[in-house]
Amino acid sequence: MAIIMAILSGFALTVVAPWLCRLARGATGWIIALQPVGLAFYFASQLHPIAAGGVIALSYPWVPGLGIALSFYVDGLSLLFALLISGIGALVVIYAGGYLGEHPQAGRFYALILMFMASMLGLVLAGNVITMFVFWELTSLSSFLLIGFDHQREAARAAALQALLVTGAGGLALLAGLLLLGQAGGSLELSTLLNEGRAIQSHPLYLSILLLILVGAFTKSAQVPFHFWLPGAMEAPTPVSAYLHSATMVKAGVYLLARLSPVLGGSEAWHYLVTGAGTATMLLGAAVALWQTDLKRILAYSTVSTLGALVLLLGMDTVLSVKAAMLFLLVHALYKGALFLIAGAVDHETGTREVTRLGRLARAMPVTAVAAGLAALSMAGLPPMLGFINKELLYEAKLQAPRASVLVTSAGVLANMFLVAVAGIVGFAPFFGRRADPPRMPHEAPLAMLVGPAVLAGLGLVCGLFPDAASIVVSAAAGAVRAEVTAVELKLWHGINPVLGLSLLTVAAGVGLYAARGFLRRAGSIGDAIGRWGPRRWYSLLLASLNGLARVQTRLLQSGYLRRYLMVIVLTTVALVGSTLLLRGGLTEPVPSLLDARFYEWTIAALILLATLMAVLSPSRLAAAAALSVIGYGVALLYMLFSAPDLAMTQFAVETLTVILFVLVVYRLPRFASLSSRRARLRDAAIALLAGGLMTALVLTAMTLPRDLHLATYFAENSLLLAKGRNVVNAILVDFRALDTLGEITVLAVAGIGIYALLRLRLEEPADSGSSQPEEEV
Amino acid sequence: MFSIILSTAVRYLFPLMLLFSVFLLLRGHNDAGGGFVGGLVAAAAFALYAIAYGVPAARRTLGVDSRVLISLGLLVAVGSGLWPVFSGQPFLTGVWAKPTLPVLGKVGTPLLFDVGVYLAVVGVMMTIILTLAEE
Repeated sequence: MAIIMAILSGFALTVVAPWLCRLARGATGWIIALQPVGLAFYFASQLHPIAAGGVIALSYPWVPGLGIALSFYVDGLSLLFALLISGIGALVVIYAGGYLGEHPQAGRFYALILMFMASMLGLVLAGNVITMFVFWELTSLSSFLLIGFDHQREAARAAALQALLVTGAGGLALLAGLLLLGQAGGSLELSTLLNEGRAIQSHPLYLSILLLILVGAFTKSAQVPFHFWLPGAMEAPTPVSAYLHSATMVKAGVYLLARLSPVLGGSEAWHYLVTGAGTATMLLGAAVALWQTDLKRILAYSTVSTLGALVLLLGMDTVLSVKAAMLFLLVHALYKGALFLIAGAVDHETGTREVTRLGRLARAMPVTAVAAGLAALSMAGLPPMLGFINKELLYEAKLQAPRASVLVTSAGVLANMFLVAVAGIVGFAPFFGRRADPPRMPHEAPLAMLVGPAVLAGLGLVCGLFPDAASIVVSAAAGAVRAEVTAVELKLWHGINPVLGLSLLTVAAGVGLYAARGFLRRAGSIGDAIGRWGPRRWYSLLLASLNGLARVQTRLLQSGYLRRYLMVIVLTTVALVGSTLLLRGGLTEPVPSLLDARFYEWTIAALILLATLMAVLSPSRLAAAAALSVIGYGVALLYMLFSAPDLAMTQFAVETLTVILFVLVVYRLPRFASLSSRRARLRDAAIALLAGGLMTALVLTAMTLPRDLHLATYFAENSLLLAKGRNVVNAILVDFRALDTLGEITVLAVAGIGIYALLRLRLEEPADSGSSQPEEEV
Repeated sequence: MFSIILSTAVRYLFPLMLLFSVFLLLRGHNDAGGGFVGGLVAAAAFALYAIAYGVPAARRTLGVDSRVLISLGLLVAVGSGLWPVFSGQPFLTGVWAKPTLPVLGKVGTPLLFDVGVYLAVVGVMMTIILTLAEE
């Protein structure tokens, strides 16, 4: 129950937030933060039972017919994520209070970020793959809205759309993968699926399932070649970048891989695909980060690199690598969250994020500088930070990798060298470096903007000195991923061993790269030139061709001429129905008994035919309208003769109203004129005859088919019994098939509103636009 | 275009047609009729009124904005479907009151649903007709 409350309270607060913001103004951040703080304490209180191997599972029926339940499944992995989401969420909300200040749209911001928080919690706590998917898409949606928060800027809109399209396309693949997974595993419940690993891996659909789910995970977690949306997403306000695009949402793909690794992991395909994508992403992100000059872009690319490293570790799929991945998740969220928030504070205070213009900020912003220094130390993996312990564990895991350990280890060392230099560029140079010409002389950031960085960076230090707290969370998470009890012992000092040697090498090389950063930036222009041919270009090409296709087919089908629309609709129907009738041998000889109709039936038929000719040939609109209604009344008479009084009555009423409508419209039209050419008329006649002929053939064929009286008898027998009405037609309309009727009146209402809007639009146009037609003509 | 014949006729026809439309609506469950055709007849009555006395007069007689009628109709129909949901039955299950009323006969959510259809049809038709006639 508490789990549901945890998620629902976020959505409830989303609704209230804008209103609260109007009341509390500057203090909103502090007030709203109470909710995530409470959640963080709740999740922390569950730590001990879950670390001991316990699981919270609860389930409510949702669509029981399809096996979809609103169920939740909380184990160590979920708990690690839930703690990160709620804890960092609280700090980010407080920070946003200072960052936005009296921003007029602050209420919308709080609402969106709370919506994201609740969705993300739902995603990691969900126990049914469909429930999880719904929350997954909700996070994509809130990410879209948050990236485009500053929607008056074109760049923000484009970046938001790009993120939505990339993650949305991945989401579709994921949905297909999850449904296939449910088919192969026999259930949509995680608790069942987690025990079906062997059956699923030997299933013929295994490879398709794996590929589809990997596309979903890789798009969300910005793996090569889908990584390009993440640096673009830096258009979002900085608290959003820190929270969604570094600490939580982009790790959803990592969460998914970790969650499903007992089910899908361990195979050759898993190993090569996941490790390969991870390694490529790790190296690419770290290298590109080196020559960027915008603080946020540097951090974004280094986040891409980290996501790659996490995916790589999960791909290796050993006990040690999973432990390292879980610790890395925690460490990265702490230092990267802090660095992003610091970047926002620097931007806020100095007016620039260009690292080449920043330096010597430590004197003006001492607290921020200390937090930045600590976070950078953790990022560089230096003692006594938690980052150091993490890097040792990473190297150990890679050295002991069962496959290609030399390759993996050297890739890891290389990426880490780059990241050491990046840590210096973002955490050290702006504060302690020389050279500074910021647009504004800085002050220390306000208290709300100091809490987040200080707490996150401080935690990195405290957990480094006393690693026991971190090891409980990490071992609970790793135990959940490995589906076995996994003890994680974290120590600062491991003695002198190969891992320490690699660490020393990494730091030394990293410092060297840092010193050469000016040269790297100049060399980076070559990298940028190559990058121009990268996946971002394919994305824009794809988008442009899609738009082109849409334009062409719109021009083709949506010409704006009513006659063209009618032609397309009628011809399509004739082609589809006619070809089916012909190809499937549906046409049959008409039943001869159809011809012995009574004389008054023949009379009505003749009347209808005559009226049709009149409607087509008459040179007067009013006469044509009258002829049309003769046709309608004739058909209604036929209904009467064949004992369908309800239908006949309705037809009479409709015909009457149609005449009224016609008169109202005809009244407004200009004098009748024959504008179409002879050829066009012949073509129209041919189309009309085709459609009429098809309908006749269809009706005649339908008459020869054996009639299934199953439903008819059911309705006739039960309309009085069940629906308490003697009129079967009405009982069907308002009781048996009431849902259809509800749909129909909804369509009717929409059509009515549409017509109203069209007419009003005409009316409110300036009078001269349609003045070529005289208004008073009758 | 004022016609004394039409306006005199409409003075008597209009209430009769409205009465007839309600009659159709109420008898629909057991005999030919129903909310849809009832709504059409009522719309025809109002259209006739608008032709005889002009659109503003028709609007005044209608009393409410026809667009409000559309949403009211949908609301009533959905509400009649939601009624059974509160007692744990599926959406749109027919729920009938025990006592039968003197004129209405058996009363239940299907009748309410039909009233919703009636209102929606009147609303849509009047929105179209009045807007067209006004132009």
